[in-house]
Amino acid sequence: MSIQITIDGQPVAAEEGHNLVDVAAENGVYIPTLCYLKGHPCLGTCRVCSVRVNGHVAAACSVPVADGMQVEVETTELADMRKALIEFLFSEGNHNCPSCEKSGRCDLQATGYEVGMMVSRFPYRFPVRERAVVADHIWLERDRCIFCQRCVEFIRDRKTDQKIFSIKGRGSTAQIEINTELANAMPPEQVREAADICPVGCILEKGVGFNDPIGQRKFEIQSVRERALGDKKK
Amino acid sequence: MNNKIQAIIQRYQADRTRLLDMLWELHYLYGYLPDKALSELAAGLNLSVDDVRETSSFYHYFHDHPTGRYTLYLSNTVIARMNGYQQVLAALERETGAPVGGMDESGTFSLYETPCIGLSDQEPAMLVDDVVFTRLTPEKVSDIIRQLKRGRSPAEIANPKALPEDEVAYVDQLIDTPVCKTGEVFFQQQDDYAGLLQNALDAGPDAVIGIMTSAGLRGHGGAGFSTGLKWRLCREAPGAAKYVICNADEGEPGTFKDRALLTRSPQAVFMGMILAASAIGAREGIIYLRREYIYLKAYLEKQLQQFREQGLLGDRILGRAGFCFDIRIQMGAGAYICGDESALIESCEGKRGTPRVKPPYPVQQGYLGMPTCVNNVETLAAVTRVMQQGADWYQGLGTDDSRGCRLLSVSGDCLRPGIYEIEWGTTLNQVLSLVGAADPWAVQVSGPSGECVAVGKSGERRFGYGDLCCNGSLMIFNRSRDLLDIVHHFMQFFVDESCGICTPCRAGNIDLRDKVERIMAGRGCQQDLDEIVSWGSLVRSTSRCGLGGSSPNPILTTLQQFPEIYQAKLVQQQGALLPSFDLDKALQGNEQARIELTQTELTALPEVTK
Repeated sequence: MSIQITIDGQPVAAEEGHNLVDVAAENGVYIPTLCYLKGHPCLGTCRVCSVRVNGHVAAACSVPVADGMQVEVETTELADMRKALIEFLFSEGNHNCPSCEKSGRCDLQATGYEVGMMVSRFPYRFPVRERAVVADHIWLERDRCIFCQRCVEFIRDRKTDQKIFSIKGRGSTAQIEINTELANAMPPEQVREAADICPVGCILEKGVGFNDPIGQRKFEIQSVRERALGDKKK
Repeated sequence: MNNKIQAIIQRYQADRTRLLDMLWELHYLYGYLPDKALSELAAGLNLSVDDVRETSSFYHYFHDHPTGRYTLYLSNTVIARMNGYQQVLAALERETGAPVGGMDESGTFSLYETPCIGLSDQEPAMLVDDVVFTRLTPEKVSDIIRQLKRGRSPAEIANPKALPEDEVAYVDQLIDTPVCKTGEVFFQQQDDYAGLLQNALDAGPDAVIGIMTSAGLRGHGGAGFSTGLKWRLCREAPGAAKYVICNADEGEPGTFKDRALLTRSPQAVFMGMILAASAIGAREGIIYLRREYIYLKAYLEKQLQQFREQGLLGDRILGRAGFCFDIRIQMGAGAYICGDESALIESCEGKRGTPRVKPPYPVQQGYLGMPTCVNNVETLAAVTRVMQQGADWYQGLGTDDSRGCRLLSVSGDCLRPGIYEIEWGTTLNQVLSLVGAADPWAVQVSGPSGECVAVGKSGERRFGYGDLCCNGSLMIFNRSRDLLDIVHHFMQFFVDESCGICTPCRAGNIDLRDKVERIMAGRGCQQDLDEIVSWGSLVRSTSRCGLGGSSPNPILTTLQQFPEIYQAKLVQQQGALLPSFDLDKALQGNEQARIELTQTELTALPEVTK
């Protein structure tokens, strides 16, 4: 059913129940995201897409649009909130962009640039996290994990449908795990898929890294905002 | 293949949603969850072992390392700390030889601290395996440990008369249930549940829902959602099956009224579930009982069995062909977050207690994806009373926006800690005088997730959804208490209990706790207070669920009600450096590093240039 909502005061037509992030993008409004992966169920973990819906702060990826909805995106307060959420991720892990294989192709880095982050306002924690290197074709650089859950939810063993990636523990001591046996059974294209959907440089394909020259990397060719908006950019 | 593990898998028909039960059985078998056993369990359920561990590692009471023959959990609440907790802990460490979080050398004792176990009216208290000991003193602890060493079991010590576990006398032997003041709604004598249910079934689901709605009954868990509306939404939601869940995961520190209801009026709670089932059309119900109340399980099972024998549960309830409903008890495994209804549902499905993304709401897609009604223990007890006395009667109690009564679990600095039934609309001062609080200074209303109020400023505020909204926990502190220390304890609680699924709650609570530490250490300045307000509001508004939505409250509400305790600790910033910056500490090791580097450079140089 076709409905009407407003985004930052502008009337916007949309299909009822469609995802607010998508509806906004279709209308030229960029809402930063990290865990949201178009076409997949909403994960609602990073909260970087926080906006106001009818006065209340909500993660846009978890909002199905409904008639009459009033959405605020580009206010100073909300922009700072989203920036702060990204800063949380930078301070809670170890993100050294210059030495990272994912640099230039990293959603976190690109989104950090997009929201104008210079340095995290939160104290850097410099956690000590062990990497997982046992699997044949894939390894985890846990310093960079942002617990988005994309790999946990969307990558499964093709034969048994079992989870390959999982979270162990909870809260701030949780860590991402990989099941070696199942990881070794992953076909090359699934290894690549896992590395690609990782929004940071945590899941990496062995033997591959730094292959795109600086200046020609994913987000240097097209910014994260341009990619989200496609030809709808204002 | 291990036969015992295979038997467990078979007993639960390899049903993944019963993973918590299976993990519990493994845990009882081995005292912990050995890798090998988990692998076998995983194989039998067609899961990767990491998937199983994803669930098991979420819960406090599941261990992945061997534990001692006896496992001791000492409740470390602020109330316990006001009543000799440190001395008791020291005695436990001394007598058992086990350090906190570890095991003694002989493998006899494992000792852990644990958040509130729902006994703030008789703390310090500890769980030893499946029994509980209250009002602990160093002497009492020494005696218990000595007896355990002599070979007496925890049950023999706690229950010397060997009362049957399924009798209320057994529960009474273990704990006190001080119901200090009853009122109109709870703890009522009720003999004719069959008659009550008969009337409800005759009236029909719409009428029952109508009664709850017009009575103005609201959820007692804290959020205050209309019970009638919840039931109607659940009834109307399409679904092949529907479920009623009783939330008995009473985890908010300081509350114990659900424990009292389950001890004194379990059948009123079950009847509430049956009425809910009749209203929404459910055939199955679950009581999600927190692990900390394990000593109530056998008793509750027996009470359920009595209902079955009376034809109030099971097939053809009261002889009606169309009405089948039964209840099972799901044991939790230690996770505060499972008090959130969607996290509780996840846990019932054998998964991590992670709150779901909403919508869809549980009334639309809850347990097993079906419409599910989750009601709190107290709400369900009230349902039974409303059904008995009628909507008009209930409407006459309380205030316009908060009908009826509320149970308060009162603890802390007062003469008579215990359960008090008050009508909504009662003032804080009235309650304080009722419980014999001689010199109350601060009151933590609704536990850490609620608000800390200054009695001087807020004494005339009234309990109710529109003012002092209270989930049942009421902790009283007099002027001798260190509020900042209490705030810090509460923040640590949220750090420990955050499930970690969303960024602001996982990361932000740590930063907020660290700010409190900085201020307590006398290294905080005005900028720290400003950041507390701003970061606190960020965590509160952007978190996924109510935990992060309320976790900054201990700081924010004390900052608002007791600004002076923060101001007194602040230091003035001198020059460009923040007072929290410790120059000496930052430069520590610098000199040593310089010497080492210089030497390395020197030895690396060719001989001739030296």
